[in-house]
Amino acid sequence: MAVVEVRDLVKQFDGGKAHGKVHAVDGVNLTAADGEYLVLLGPSGCGKTTLLRTIAGLEEPSSGDVLIDDHVVTGLPPRARKIAMVFQSYALYPHKTVQANIVFPLRAAKMERAERDRKALWAAGLLGIEHLLARKPRQLSGGERQRVALARALVREPQVFLLDEPLSNLDAKLRASARDELKSFQDEVGTTTVYVTHDQIEAMGLGDRIAVLSKGRIRQVGPPAEIYDDPADTFVATFIGTPPMNLVPRDGHLVGFRPEHLLPVENVRSAERTLMPLAVDRIEYLSGDRHVYGTVTGIGEATRVVARLPSTVETPIAAGETHDFAVHPDRLRFFAADEEGLRTDPIRLGVG
Amino acid sequence: MTVTDQRVEPTPVKELARRTLADREGALAWLFLLPSVVYIIALVAIPFGLAIAFAFSDVSAGDPSFDWAGMVNFARAFDDPVFWRSLGNTFVFTGVSMVFIVLLGKVLANILVADFRGKWVVRFLVLLPWTTPVALSSISWLWLLDSIYSPIDWVLRAVGLLGKGENMVWLGEPGLAMTSVIAVHVWRLVPLAAVILMAGLVAIPRDIDEAAKVDGAGYWRRMLEITIPLVAPVIAVSALFGAIFTFTDMAVVRVLTRGGPNDATQVLSSWAFYRGIDGGDVAGGAAVALFLFPLLLAVAVGILRVVRRIEVD
Repeated sequence: MAVVEVRDLVKQFDGGKAHGKVHAVDGVNLTAADGEYLVLLGPSGCGKTTLLRTIAGLEEPSSGDVLIDDHVVTGLPPRARKIAMVFQSYALYPHKTVQANIVFPLRAAKMERAERDRKALWAAGLLGIEHLLARKPRQLSGGERQRVALARALVREPQVFLLDEPLSNLDAKLRASARDELKSFQDEVGTTTVYVTHDQIEAMGLGDRIAVLSKGRIRQVGPPAEIYDDPADTFVATFIGTPPMNLVPRDGHLVGFRPEHLLPVENVRSAERTLMPLAVDRIEYLSGDRHVYGTVTGIGEATRVVARLPSTVETPIAAGETHDFAVHPDRLRFFAADEEGLRTDPIRLGVG
Repeated sequence: MTVTDQRVEPTPVKELARRTLADREGALAWLFLLPSVVYIIALVAIPFGLAIAFAFSDVSAGDPSFDWAGMVNFARAFDDPVFWRSLGNTFVFTGVSMVFIVLLGKVLANILVADFRGKWVVRFLVLLPWTTPVALSSISWLWLLDSIYSPIDWVLRAVGLLGKGENMVWLGEPGLAMTSVIAVHVWRLVPLAAVILMAGLVAIPRDIDEAAKVDGAGYWRRMLEITIPLVAPVIAVSALFGAIFTFTDMAVVRVLTRGGPNDATQVLSSWAFYRGIDGGDVAGGAAVALFLFPLLLAVAVGILRVVRRIEVD
């Protein structure tokens, strides 16, 4: 159990003559509290894996420091950091049995044989893989490999777990149940965990807090609900949520609202609701919800938006019609219409 | 759209319908295989058949007519102490060289995969011995190991390990001569083994080595428990290649020592050449050469099995 902290972390890679220096991680400050489940979320190439590998000690930062348990570990090799990492590929030792894989970190720590075997059995039991101990990794399914990788990480009782997209090699169905298990497993052991993913559903479901990264910088850190409801900028607003937040340009600002908050006018009970006519051009029916695509006018420039109507909204809508839609005023978010796209104070909208 | 019961009669497309030779895979297979089949029959199968036939005959350079001689040539070989010496030497040279080739090859492969400035220069230099023809490089070694003008002796004298006017006589002493032959074999084959092993090292997923690092394993534990077991099949392949090239080579012995001093460095292939070609006893030479066959067969089977294991994993 320990606090993990990175301070002013910068990692540059030599991008060759054409690109000069590439800033994979560009001045990141971040703290994972003791026992916290911190998720690093971002699109591929945003530097989240590099950040994780720097915490692990597999990459040397160009500048800045990594602290584990209030000790500066920058420059120390991975083995001195008492961390465990689960790789995207699981990186099981293919020539060793499951048992030998799990005890490998203990042998490296020069633990007694009897103690080792006891611990391996404990870790295997926790993940329900006792019956696989004699097998080789290639005889295991994807889900079983993932558990072995977790058991190998767990067995040493590390200060910190680092997980690099551990679910991305599983099929969709298995991923959901593995996510569930991963969460209850961490609740049980209570070890500080840094989890890297590009999948917002994993991030939302697992994280105590989420750090959203883009181009090597942190855009926002906060609990899932805050990230979703109060995005700090347009990047977070459009990266999180499927479909993403609608952004309508108006007077150098962007007016944002989530698709599920854009509803037929009679479903928005507020005197100050913001009315906007929506010219519907397409409707998708997805797992009980109606996704209504169309162009809104009236609150700014005419913009294509999506509305997500839950099954409880029964207003008949057809493609080609124009309907009055509205958004509850509490649900509107305002951003600057520049490159940063930071949040701004609310602007007055003509109330329709 | 209306549904009709009428089926449209297919009309062949005139322009594209012609099958060219490039479309006929059966014929192409034969065409492409033919050169190697001819090569193998002419240069491997026929000479091998001839060698077996000669071994049971009395053919010699002076009397090329073929007469059946039964086991006489083998009996003569068994009675010849030089044959046993050659057989023993062949195994000693092969075994000792193989060990050094794999050990040094592994070290060199680690250097080759390391990332540093100017690594292409090192790679180029490492591969030079392998690309030089054996006969040429052996002649350079002949000078390096010369009984009087050996540069190695100069160095030893300069360092003070050798007294003034003293010489090691590298190729004149039986023990030193054998060491010299082995050294040249190792020097020649280490680059090949290094390149094979390098391919094996590069094929190990980086994740696995990193996982071992995070798991707390130091350099030697990673080397012995992760890297070496994972490249074991490739190590076996490089060892077997090293064995074949040392086992069958006669150029090094021929150029350096001519089998001397006093047949101390004679190997099967050089002895067979000496008897069959230099001595004109074609039948006797063929019988000696046949003894190379069982071991080469075993090595070939070994290589194929290892390769199959790699494919299964």
